[in-house]
Formats: sequence, structure tokens, C-alpha cells
Amino acid sequence: MDENDIIERRACISGVGQSAIGRRLFRDPLELTLDGCLAAIEHAGLTTDDIDGISTYPGPMGTPAGFSGAGAYDVMDALRLQCGWYASGLETSGQLGSVVNACLAVASGLATHVLCFRSVYEGSAQGEKGGRAAVMPGGGGGGGGGFKASGFMQWNLPFSAPSAAIWIAMFAQRHFYEYGTTREQLAWIALNARRNAELNPNAIYRDPMSMDDYMAARMISSPFCLYDCDIPCDGATAVIVSRRDAAKDLRNPPLRVEAVGVRIDGRPSWDQFDDLSTMANRGAGKQLWERTEYKPADVQMAQLYDGFSWITMSWLEALGLCGIGESGPFIEGGERIKRDGVLPVNTHGGQLSAGRLHGYGFLHEGATQMWGQGGDRQIPTPPEVGIVAAGGGNTCGALLLVRE
Amino acid sequence: MTDVEETATPFRILPKLTDNNRDFWTGGARDELRFWRCQDCGYYIHPPQPLCPIDHSKHLKTEAVSGRATLASFSVNHQPWMPGPELPYIVAIVEIIEQPSVRLTTNLVNCPIDEAHIDMELRVTFEHHPDPDGDIYIPLFEPGE
Ligand SMILES: [Zn+2]
Repeated sequence: MDENDIIERRACISGVGQSAIGRRLFRDPLELTLDGCLAAIEHAGLTTDDIDGISTYPGPMGTPAGFSGAGAYDVMDALRLQCGWYASGLETSGQLGSVVNACLAVASGLATHVLCFRSVYEGSAQGEKGGRAAVMPGGGGGGGGGFKASGFMQWNLPFSAPSAAIWIAMFAQRHFYEYGTTREQLAWIALNARRNAELNPNAIYRDPMSMDDYMAARMISSPFCLYDCDIPCDGATAVIVSRRDAAKDLRNPPLRVEAVGVRIDGRPSWDQFDDLSTMANRGAGKQLWERTEYKPADVQMAQLYDGFSWITMSWLEALGLCGIGESGPFIEGGERIKRDGVLPVNTHGGQLSAGRLHGYGFLHEGATQMWGQGGDRQIPTPPEVGIVAAGGGNTCGALLLVRE
Repeated sequence: MTDVEETATPFRILPKLTDNNRDFWTGGARDELRFWRCQDCGYYIHPPQPLCPIDHSKHLKTEAVSGRATLASFSVNHQPWMPGPELPYIVAIVEIIEQPSVRLTTNLVNCPIDEAHIDMELRVTFEHHPDPDGDIYIPLFEPGE
């Protein structure tokens, strides 16, 4: 592939920001969104006058409750942004698909500095109505109330399988079966997240967690226990994607988007996907490495989605950071993936301990570490090459970042 | 095939019947698990769509399969997400033997939880739900050949 064809490389991450983050803040979700956006703009050394593009995932959605705190138009209007390009949407390569879209927009000259954001208030929304069950159609309200399932949900709601916890658990179970993966191995994703969260003042859960604590936790959907599932929360994360030639003199060294991975090479489905021991991320991982001279061994840090713990293991394999089927032994004992290990993983605590900021938290953390701004949780030598990946099932995307 | 005992029928969210899914959700009235099938190349199509993904033929009909399947994966669910079967219950992904690329998310029933194992042989059993919009027969799977 001609280097000139890899146009995401004309883009970089120039700033990141977050709103207040909490389990249940009961704040106006648009206000949280704007707080996060303004923080990122400021962090990049820009003003709202400089922002000429906007990109978000998933765009405005009323259900599930709290899943989307604001759409592109909401933010564009509130900040009076003048945009050469804007987009939002759910059907893309994971939450970071919206960042990839922004890279392509700046590379093509449609915009110079794109504000990308992801905003959630699932903590408050579920807290008001009585837990996660409240967001399920027909759930929490006593009976179905005449509700009938249609479209995609007709294939799982009648079987009382409304949650991605169950769907991903079945992928994990298949991986256990094919490769001998164990819960003692899986636990290290959660334990590693928690020990990192202890050092992150913005994390939701910061109390130490032991293997015994993990094993004693109640089961949700085997092989997942409570600590394998991320924590609904409130908060907004924003990142600025800039054209590299316009970012040279900004506040932070540009983090070049060296390559992206967004391919989906099986059926775009959860249960009809051909190989249940992997997910759409296998295509995204392959595509990413086809677009760069860098190799997996060059990666000094990995921030890998953990909506459910096993997804991080799946990303390790999909991105070639360990062999296929070898993520269990790779993470066992937690030495390799610890903050000062050979491949630090989820140094902020992931969504398991730092809250379900839904994909963007990993990019925020990756950039923070690469800029050496991690405070108490900083990786001893700020990584020059890092990988960030988000999504699971049929919606997966990854970015390889290089600090200039 | 055996009917799940009527008195034990749990609450279920039922599917909204359409011309595309009616045979799938009502075939159990005749103990039949039915899928759309391309009449030109023989490919079973699931979930339903208006043409065959292999040859784009629109010459499609629903046909009954044997009801036999293998267990591709499963999860023992302990979490009360919604009204439903007594906890814990087993959610399963099964592959029909006629064409394993056709999968169903379903429940594994009449099987002790510690006896569930991937690749076990299963057969369909239907759970009858009377409904004013048309009775629904939910295809569940149990151990058997
Ligand atoms: Zn055909």
C-alpha cells in the first residue's frame, strides 16, 4: 500500500478532556457533554472558533436510557460551532469509529480541528428507575405490558437474553472451551483494572480487590461475575482530531494516527458470526497492521475496551499483542499487563473500575499516558507508540498512535 | 419431541408476528422448526431476508428442518434482567445440523446446569404461548438426538 493512501496518518490527536465523572451525578447530560468538550478544546490550546468539525457516537438516542447524553447538533448549537463537516451514528466500527471518521474528514480537507465526543448518563438514568433491568424493554416494569419484540431483539428477548453480558459471555465460554481459558486468568483483567483505578482520582471504584474478592463475587452470566461487567456511570469524554500540519504548534505534541483498523470480515451479527471465539475485532486488527510498518512488538501500551472483561482478552489476540488463544496465559498473574509491565493495559482502571464512558475513556487515557500527564498512574516511561481499541461483538475499531 | 409442561410456562416477551417470521414462531404448532430456504441453491436463510445471500434468488419458501442441533456455546444466567424463567437459566447458541451456519440464540432446557457442554447434541422443543395476535411456539432446545 502506498503511504499516501494511508490518509489517517494526516490526522493526529491534539487534545483530550472530560467532564466530572460519577456513578450517579444527576446533572444535565448536555451540560456534562459541554464541560467535556470545552475541556478538550482548551487542552489542545484551541478555542471554539478553531473547531470546524464535529463527530460523535452514537448520536441522539432516547433508549437505552442514558446511553446518549447529546447529539452533534446539540453541541454544535450550544457552542455556536461553524462546521465544515459533521457526523454521528451508531452503525460504525465501534465507539472509536466516530474518531476514525474525524480522521478521514481532516485528511480530506473537509475540516481542520474536529471535536469528537461520547457522553453517557446511564448511572443516573438507571438509578432513577431501578437498575439495569429498567432499560430493558419490558423489564423492571412488571410484565411485558403488551410489548412485542421485533427486528433484532426478537431473536434474543423471547429467550430472556436481553443483555450484551449474556451475548459476550457466550463468546467467552467458547474461548474457554477451545483454548482452556479459565476464570482465574480472566480475573486478571478486573484485578489489573482495579489496581490501576486505585491511582486514578476520577475512577469510580478504587478500593483494592483481591483474587478472593473476585472469586466470591456473585455470578451474572457464566463465566462472568459481577466484576467482569463494567459500571454504568455519568460523564462525557471529548478528543480533538486535528490535521497534523495544523497541530504542530499546539499545546501537546501531536499523536499521529499511524493506522486505523475498522474492517468487519464476517456477518455483522453477534450470534451469526462464524467463529464465536473471536469477534469483529479480528478483522479490525488485521487491517490495522496492513496499514503500517510498525509491528505488535513495537506497542508500548494498550488501552483495550472492557465493557466485559473478556473483550480485553479478545482485543489482545485480535491485535496480535499475543497469539490467538493465548490471552489467558498472557494475562495470568497480571505481570505483563501491569502499569510498569511489558505491556501496560487499561492504566486508568478501564470501564470495569473507572466507569463505562463507553470507548472514549480508553482514548482519553492512551493520549494522557503518551503525553506523560498521567499523574500518580503515569507509566514510568511515557509510551511513544500506543494502541487504543474499543467495541465488541459486531462493532469494533482500533487506532495505532505515535507521539511526534 | 416433548412439550414443556404448561403449568411451568414462564413469562416471555413474545415476538411481533410478520409475514417474514410467522412460520418460524408458529411452526411449533405442528412440531416443526421452519426456516426460509432458497429454492434455487438450497441455502437456509436466517434471520429472514428478502433474497438469498448466496445467489440473490427471490425464490424462497419456508421448510421444516429436523429440529436437531449442536450446542455452539452457552451461558448460565443468574441475573434477573427481566421477567422470565426461574433463575438460573441457560442461554444457548445452537447450530442446526442441516446447515451449521444457521444459529439460534435460545434456551437450553431439561438439562442439569452442570451437564451442559459445548458440542452436545440437542433437539428442539416448543413452548406454547397463547396470544390474541396469534399463538407463539418458542423453539427451545433440550439434550437428545
Ligand atoms: Zn440461493
